[in-house]
Amino acid sequence: MPELELRDRGDLTQALLDNEIWPDDLVAEAGIPVHDVPLVTVGGGIGSFVLVDYLRIAGAPTADIRVLSNIDHPWQTYEYLTRVSQIPGPERIRSDSSSRPDNIWGFPSYALSEAWRERTLRPLAHVLGEPIFADYWTPRVGDVFKSMARESARIGYPKMLVKGVARMVRRRAGGGYFTVLTPPAATGPTKRVAYRSRFVHLAVGYPGLRFLPDLQEFREKYGDFTRVVNAYESHEHVYEALRTRPGTVMVRGGGIVASRVLQRLMDDRERYGLQTKIVHIFRTFVTGAHGPHLWSRRKGGDGWAYQGFNYPKSVWGGQLKAKMRRLDGAERAAEYKRMGGTNTPKRRRWQQQMRDGRDGGWYEASQGIVERVEPAADGTLVSLVAGDAGTRKVGADYIIDCTGLEADIAEHRVLADLLAHGGAGRNPLGRLEVERHFEVKGTASGDGALYATGAATLGGYFPGVDTFLGLQIGALEIADDLARRGFGRRIGPVRSTAQWVRWAFGRPVREG
Amino acid sequence: MVPVLSGRIQTRLVLLLIVGSAVTAVVTPLVVAGYRTTFAVLAGVAVLGVGWELLYHLLMQFRWEKDWPSLFGLLTAVPEGLLLWLLLDAGLVPTVDTAPPLAAYAIHFTAVWLAVWLVANGPMRVPFLRWRFRGGRLA
Ligand SMILES: Cc1cc2nc3c(=O)[nH]c(=O)nc-3n(C[C@H](O)[C@H](O)[C@H](O)COP(=O)(O)OP(=O)(O)OC[C@H]3O[C@@H](n4cnc5c(N)ncnc54)[C@H](O)[C@@H]3O)c2cc1C
Repeated sequence: MPELELRDRGDLTQALLDNEIWPDDLVAEAGIPVHDVPLVTVGGGIGSFVLVDYLRIAGAPTADIRVLSNIDHPWQTYEYLTRVSQIPGPERIRSDSSSRPDNIWGFPSYALSEAWRERTLRPLAHVLGEPIFADYWTPRVGDVFKSMARESARIGYPKMLVKGVARMVRRRAGGGYFTVLTPPAATGPTKRVAYRSRFVHLAVGYPGLRFLPDLQEFREKYGDFTRVVNAYESHEHVYEALRTRPGTVMVRGGGIVASRVLQRLMDDRERYGLQTKIVHIFRTFVTGAHGPHLWSRRKGGDGWAYQGFNYPKSVWGGQLKAKMRRLDGAERAAEYKRMGGTNTPKRRRWQQQMRDGRDGGWYEASQGIVERVEPAADGTLVSLVAGDAGTRKVGADYIIDCTGLEADIAEHRVLADLLAHGGAGRNPLGRLEVERHFEVKGTASGDGALYATGAATLGGYFPGVDTFLGLQIGALEIADDLARRGFGRRIGPVRSTAQWVRWAFGRPVREG
Repeated sequence: MVPVLSGRIQTRLVLLLIVGSAVTAVVTPLVVAGYRTTFAVLAGVAVLGVGWELLYHLLMQFRWEKDWPSLFGLLTAVPEGLLLWLLLDAGLVPTVDTAPPLAAYAIHFTAVWLAVWLVANGPMRVPFLRWRFRGGRLA
């Protein structure tokens, strides 16, 4: 059976694994088929999508770009994460009106588009009043996907997509890189294929879910995966069970996902007349405005730190962006600490619901660090909580962990390989260290360059990386750097305007 | 918007020069004023504006987000318009000996302000792709 032989052959060999820099014949000897393309982007999520969008608009043809991804649509992972963390289609997301992954100009904003589509001035009046008289206006998650689907068709994204799981990126002798891809089972003649390219971009999203240690221990020890859940995994069964039998839910965390989970619990309570009780544990309980001095005070209260977006707004273009660009090492880490941390937007509806809950005695928030979780004799869960007032026991029927997607980057295979064999290093927050133009430091290979954007690069010269707008800012820096190296053209005022007109009329981006 | 100081000043000057001049050219005959006067008013908005921007920049430092909401950009028309009118009325604006009628001034000033504000809040990003990521700096 020659096919089987080939499948056996086209795999990684010990020689490949051992060599940090691969000559062409080493790959050929392993029988791995090689595809040549000037640029590959690994991930295929929103980060890859916005880079490809800029590059196509900058004049790169579809033939020069390949997207290596395990998903069919760039918004697929984001859609999953938002749905399970309680932002379904008709709900509104966190980022603002001008953060449009389908439009590199951010004009018209989502609010303007919605006003036009629905023939109403309300979104515009809302944007005018924000953030003073109204909460930030934000788009519906369903509209974000629709607009991305339109842009995806316009730039020919599906033509560039190659399905599979990327295994590693290694430098190539003579310049550029090899990206090894494992295509879906039984779709090709060999187990692996390789892409030989001068440029590589990594946007692999979150390296993984991180579970709080005490909850992880509980799940492992008691094999109970239904009562202790993470907000980023599907946990609809908790809400369903609460509708059949009243219960107490412990919510842990003080970020936006905690806000959303609380809102879901409170909405259900209202809608179905439930008796759900909520105990909310904050590791850091914020009681009011906080910050080192008058010029840097963030609002807060009732446990929460309040901020419209995950960093102060000027991180995406103003004063704080300019400031961070100049900081390195410990100074940079300190500045991250000052303006980051867990926070959530102060939305009027959530405030009202929490007030009602406190008044009605069914919502209780306090500071605490959970030391251990155990099952009690009556079948409930008991958490041992160390707080300002000593250790206490808190009972609940369910625990929802809303603390995060903060796994170490080395848990991602491609990133781990890059750290071990690709010359990459870590930044002051422990993630991938990138330059101001998002090239991964230490990974240059001949005339080639390797870039990264997204959550894996948090801690760099630009803090807003893990957001739509941040991914666009990164992509524009990369596109400009690529133009300097002769890939695509720099988008100047004339091209920008002409391309915007094409966007406005929904005309496809031309090849070349 | 999330301006830096030099971005504020550059954006104001460029928009007044391009958008402000176009609006002034159209509005002047409609309000029956002289071009000399209306362009002197426009220059006044630009020159005094540099000082105003310093003040706004200072006030912005009290905001945690270091942002300047769109509404502020609209409402600052009131103090700026009033100050310039007082200067005109007192004969302190060079090349303008007698102030224009208040109505003519108000219409002209408002038209320029609205046009500049509208362009700064969106269309500006079309030709200047990097402008919003650089705190409003063009150079
Ligand atoms: C609940 C939630 C709400 C959010 N809300 C907002 C918001 O309102 N506004 C905002 O701006 N940002 C928001 N964010 C941040 C948002 O996730 C990012 O802006 C954006 O989705 C990140 O894009 P990305 O490309 O980095 O990652 P993703 O969109 O996750 O894409 C990365 C993709 O890479 C794929 N991949 C990983 N490894 C490999 C491999 N080895 N081979 C092939 N493919 C691989 C993954 O499957 C994934 O699909 C939110 C995040 C969460 C979790």
